[in-house]
Amino acid sequence: MNRRVLFMLAGAVSAVLPAIAFAETQLTVYTAIEAVDLDRYKATFEKAHPDIKINWVRDSTGVMTAKLLAEKDNPQADVVWGLAATSLLLLKAEGMLEPYQPKGVEDLDKKFVDNDTPPGWVGMDAYVAALCYNTVEGERLGLKAPTSWEDLTKPEYKGHIVMPNPASSGTGFLNVSGWMQLWGEEKAWAYMDKLHENISAYTHSGSKPCKMAGAGEAVIGVSFEFPGAKAKSAGAPIDIIFPSEGSGWEAEATAIIAGTPNLEAAETLVDWSITKEANEMYNVGYAVVAYPGVAKAVEHLPSDISSKMIDNDFEWAANSRTAILKEWQKRYDAKSEPKS
Amino acid sequence: MNFALEASHLPLTGKRLRQEASRDDLVKLGFMAVIGLYLIVALAAPLFVMLSKSLSTYRFELAAFEFQVSDETGANWGPVVSAAELNRELGAVADTELSTNSDGRLAATKFFPEFKFRSPVHYRIRGTTDDAAFLVGSTREKGTAWREYDSGTFRRVVLRPASSLGFENFRTYFSTPALAQSIHNSVLMAAISTVVTISIAFALAYGLTRSCMPLKGLFRGILTIPILVPSLLPGIALVYLFGNQGVFKDWLMGYSIYGPIGIVIGSVFFTLPHAFLIILTALSIADARHYEAAASLKASKWRTFTTVTVPGARYGIVSAAFVVFTLVITDFGLPKVIGGQYGMLAVDIYKQVIGQQNFEMGAVVSVILLVPAVLAFAVDRRMQRRQVALLSARAVPYVPKRNARMDTLCFAFAGLVSLFILGMIAMCQIAAIVKFWPYDLALTAKNFAFDLMDGGGWAAYANSIRLALLTALFGSVVVFAGAYMVEKADGFRFGRSIFHFLAMMPMAVPGMVLGLAYIFFFNNPANPLHPIYGTMTILVVCTVTHFYTVAHLTALTALKQMDPEFESVAASLKQPFHRLFFRVTVPVCLPAILDIAIYLFVNAMTTVSAVVFLYATGTKLASVAVLNMDDAGDIAPAAAMGMMIFYTNIAAKLIHALIARGLLARTQAWR
Repeated sequence: MNRRVLFMLAGAVSAVLPAIAFAETQLTVYTAIEAVDLDRYKATFEKAHPDIKINWVRDSTGVMTAKLLAEKDNPQADVVWGLAATSLLLLKAEGMLEPYQPKGVEDLDKKFVDNDTPPGWVGMDAYVAALCYNTVEGERLGLKAPTSWEDLTKPEYKGHIVMPNPASSGTGFLNVSGWMQLWGEEKAWAYMDKLHENISAYTHSGSKPCKMAGAGEAVIGVSFEFPGAKAKSAGAPIDIIFPSEGSGWEAEATAIIAGTPNLEAAETLVDWSITKEANEMYNVGYAVVAYPGVAKAVEHLPSDISSKMIDNDFEWAANSRTAILKEWQKRYDAKSEPKS
Repeated sequence: MNFALEASHLPLTGKRLRQEASRDDLVKLGFMAVIGLYLIVALAAPLFVMLSKSLSTYRFELAAFEFQVSDETGANWGPVVSAAELNRELGAVADTELSTNSDGRLAATKFFPEFKFRSPVHYRIRGTTDDAAFLVGSTREKGTAWREYDSGTFRRVVLRPASSLGFENFRTYFSTPALAQSIHNSVLMAAISTVVTISIAFALAYGLTRSCMPLKGLFRGILTIPILVPSLLPGIALVYLFGNQGVFKDWLMGYSIYGPIGIVIGSVFFTLPHAFLIILTALSIADARHYEAAASLKASKWRTFTTVTVPGARYGIVSAAFVVFTLVITDFGLPKVIGGQYGMLAVDIYKQVIGQQNFEMGAVVSVILLVPAVLAFAVDRRMQRRQVALLSARAVPYVPKRNARMDTLCFAFAGLVSLFILGMIAMCQIAAIVKFWPYDLALTAKNFAFDLMDGGGWAAYANSIRLALLTALFGSVVVFAGAYMVEKADGFRFGRSIFHFLAMMPMAVPGMVLGLAYIFFFNNPANPLHPIYGTMTILVVCTVTHFYTVAHLTALTALKQMDPEFESVAASLKQPFHRLFFRVTVPVCLPAILDIAIYLFVNAMTTVSAVVFLYATGTKLASVAVLNMDDAGDIAPAAAMGMMIFYTNIAAKLIHALIARGLLARTQAWR
């Protein structure tokens, strides 16, 4: 009799125990991380914190940002992990982010941390503007590979360059804001006036110009380094070129959505997202990561990309965005407009 | 009314005579209310919310901000001045620059021309209302308390706009050349595509009905293929055929496929079946007696054609023209893939909302896009009403006679068009299995590894099938029940006509507009229906609503063929209407119900524009995956996913044919 009760008790306890030990918190995490990486990120984090489960909501940067803003009055996400810093600044300006000073944030490269205290977002990695140059088509047309932004305005490239539209692509905007920060607004507009003459199309997505160059649809794609390396691995005859003047860049970053009911778990995730271990994980795809000294060279990309990155002022970019886009659309958006 | 009976001098006792609503009628009324409510919640209310969104404007209210500036010591403060006063003095910001979008920002330093970064001067700012908001860097501050900043920080202060109602967004829209240009472009593209498509469709339908060309059945099948693929697919095929690395690039003689040329070719491809089927129906109901009369009057072939054939099909042609026009002007997938820099309204909505998070401007473009679509729809309705029955009981079906030259010509033309359609599909199939076009033409299956692509993996494909099945099932029930109420319920004339109007509306509403309206309506936390946001339910509701009209008309046509005597007989036999409904109406209309189901299935598989704003991670769709993969430049996988949709639809069509044959054998023996 006693034994049976004990046995039952033991059974009950062993059934309940894991449930207590792993009282898991579910975090709804919005992200724009590439689909290929999602499972790996989730697995690595959940191994370090078995009590927290991640539910991904993934979409492209533009859709994710629009979704978050549309849900402004009724946020559905707990954490945003892996969204462009400028997008997070938009959310911050709406008061949607919970400022948080993650453990170990002082180890990170300063340019990857929001400059408020406590920071609104903390960075993971960077994507850096680059050119994808199709060597086969270039040779066929007798063109030389460009080495600088200035080169792109040479008349010989007329009609051979594809660039993302800053009004619909974050990569497009980081280029424009990059040129403005490099040269000042006036010179940047003069440059774009000349560049516009050579552009055959403005695409809606930032990685598409590189893929178009890879497929020979264009000779030069203004894009960023990541799709370039990917296309090259897939067999595209392209060179990835970092213009000599320096490149605009964007950070992928992490932030907590204000009012989350799972604040503690969210903080745990953000703490972990800036650890050395997490940065090593980012480095599998990204050549530049926020934790200094972690980054190893990625296949097809040079090891010194971080030296090409300009001194980027995210805050300036975010606050000037509306005005810049308005002017950009006025100048260039009606490219196909019949000239009469 | 019988006055004699009601005359007051007669001692009238008992109940007044009046037709009593039977229990059946009450049940019918209840049904109609439920389905009417569905249409209001799923269509009218979201559209209304969107309209009000387009009128929500943003403006910097300068009077709502006050400043105070210290002297060089930073201790003594000057007078309090509002931004409005400063601007009146300085003229720093023009009035037109004050209206902005929801993300507008205005630097506070604009009002201080003497402002110096790193000076010892301090600045204070406050709002005069509780809602006045400004940013310091990107941190939001709000309210009427004074806040003090040194000059280095004050440089980072930007004002935020306040929202109000007005037509400002429309003014901005029409004063932005690139945006206003889109109206012109969209109308032009739709007009050209309509003319081309209708000409081709008419020639084809003519060949099929008026000649003795061989292989008519086969051509009929091939000509309807484009319905089975998303409108993005012809865009992708055109890139491979005529793009810069295209197989037939030289055919374009230096012109680019990215732009008007691509849009027109692609539009003709995907609208052809719609026009073809409508005109074919119109031409099929020819009365041979007219032709005999023409022949006996010795009218020339051409004269017969212009006086008998064309007028007979006139309404079909007009109707088809409006369908094509509406389809082209509201389509979003094709111009996005192949449109290049050629601005179109539907793509502008996407660019405003996804690219710039400017929801208000997206709503403005939507409202503008509604105008031509509603106009086309209204004109078409008017024309339809004037349609008189051509096929009287005494009509004699027309049987074409052999004519070698004519038959060969028709056959050659149909063959050419079929080749074009099959060529486009074949190109996509090739693109889907080639390793790296055009540099490595080895065959591969890796483009079908959707799980490794951004935009949605195999799960998206499974979701699409789920959506299509649910839409077909739920949609057939709702649509047929609704049509039954409109057609067979007696009484409630007013309610029925409102209901009919609501049912006709979705035809004029572009999918993209409907999708955007759904975000505004259902993602409002105050909406009790909010929980369906981000679920499969909202996708089903949206898809059923989006394709409601054609399904409704199909059901209505089938029901009209049923003699109303059935109802009278059932009523006199004191049979409840549901018994009649399930025992007679449904079995008799089964072919039509099956047609509605397959129509909804196929369209749910290919729809992009309505659902592009509404899917969530768990409910990604194959058609959206095609869009996203193409967007990311992964064109081959996009083609592969597009072909999966195509094959699924072919399979669905075959299953539909089998079920139809099996069921019809059992239920349609009476025919």
